[in-house]
Amino acid sequence: MNSNIKQIVIDTLSQISDPEIPVVNIIEMGMIRDVLLEDGSIQVILTPTYSGCPAMRQIEDDIVLALEKKGFNDVAVKTVLSPAWTTDWLSEETKVKLKNYGIAPPLKSNPDDIFNIISMNQQINCPFCNSEKTELKSFFGSTACKSLYYCNNCRQPFEHFKCH
Amino acid sequence: MSDIIRNEQDDVFELCLRLGDDCLILGQRLSEWCGHAPILEEDIAMTNIALDLLGQAISLYKYACELEGKGRTEDDLAYFRSSLEFRNSKLVEQPNGDFAVTMLRQFIFDSYSLFLYDELKNSTDETISAIAVKSLKEIKYHLRHSSEWVIRLGDGNEESHNRMNKAIQQLWRFSGELFEIDDLSQRLFEKKYMPDLMPIHQKWKVYVKDIFNKATLKFPSDDVFMQTGGRKGNHTEHLDYILAVMQILPRSFPQAKW
Ligand SMILES: [Zn+2]
Repeated sequence: MNSNIKQIVIDTLSQISDPEIPVVNIIEMGMIRDVLLEDGSIQVILTPTYSGCPAMRQIEDDIVLALEKKGFNDVAVKTVLSPAWTTDWLSEETKVKLKNYGIAPPLKSNPDDIFNIISMNQQINCPFCNSEKTELKSFFGSTACKSLYYCNNCRQPFEHFKCH
Repeated sequence: MSDIIRNEQDDVFELCLRLGDDCLILGQRLSEWCGHAPILEEDIAMTNIALDLLGQAISLYKYACELEGKGRTEDDLAYFRSSLEFRNSKLVEQPNGDFAVTMLRQFIFDSYSLFLYDELKNSTDETISAIAVKSLKEIKYHLRHSSEWVIRLGDGNEESHNRMNKAIQQLWRFSGELFEIDDLSQRLFEKKYMPDLMPIHQKWKVYVKDIFNKATLKFPSDDVFMQTGGRKGNHTEHLDYILAVMQILPRSFPQAKW
């Protein structure tokens, strides 16, 4: 019974897209860490991508609303910081979705890398033409999770989902 | 709850304010550049960094409120305290000045944060540790950005080099406070809530010297007189102006929602 309900909850949550990257949902983003069921109440454990992600409150509201529509009225969303969100939680399938949407997907993160401040340049290929002839324009893009690149081959700007 | 535990909680509460107030005030300062930066990419970069800092402040304030247990919220801490109650360092409240001043202030703070938070990861307080791990990923990007600007401006043309030197003259005196050890930080260190600031200061100096070298800037001598007082609520006049701008709306309309 409980596993049925849990599946319904997860299916419902996978209908909620990231407000800033509509092509992926919050499960694919790795933001849902757990779903706890107890005496008819549901607790959704959520983790933020970036500390200041302005979409968090929107996502919390979306979760409560979506579950209400499925008849779950006793829903709480709990935010946890640990373990810290990482782009390594994005599946290969999700990374393909990002690329098809025009966002260069994140490479594998390297947690030991924190003191390699200046030399952390990575080869990011263009999501449109796959060229390696790209250059970083800014570490900071339209949202906290993306940086800005330019492709010197197809001459288009594109965003890269920062590895985090 | 025993008095001993109570006192330790008070100390961790104070630590959250010191860390959180630094983030909030610097974030507020950076956001003043919104719409005014020299190029669009920098406008976006500085507001992105401001947002990260605001997020870090919120996490720290939320935990502070939980420890305090008086029902205050993160908004109460941000909007309904006077400058005497703020525990940020004087560095972060200094005016933006020109782009060199803003970037040097950011560089001094980011490099301090990186080495501090890398140690706060090991705090015996689980929440502080979790916040540190999360923040560190963001600080790394901030430091890369400010380090590259210090190099580019210092090793740029005569004008940018001179401006960077002026910025050092203006801001260096505020760098010492970040590493100052007082009774509170000593107690927090003994209980392993926070690291010893002395070795962090040394690591920081090595890093800053290296970047200044690359930037052809001279690392100031050790005899610069260092400002102090921010951690005890004695601020420069600038903080009151920041708070006036930041707090006017919620103080005028305490019930306002957005
Ligand atoms: Zn291309």
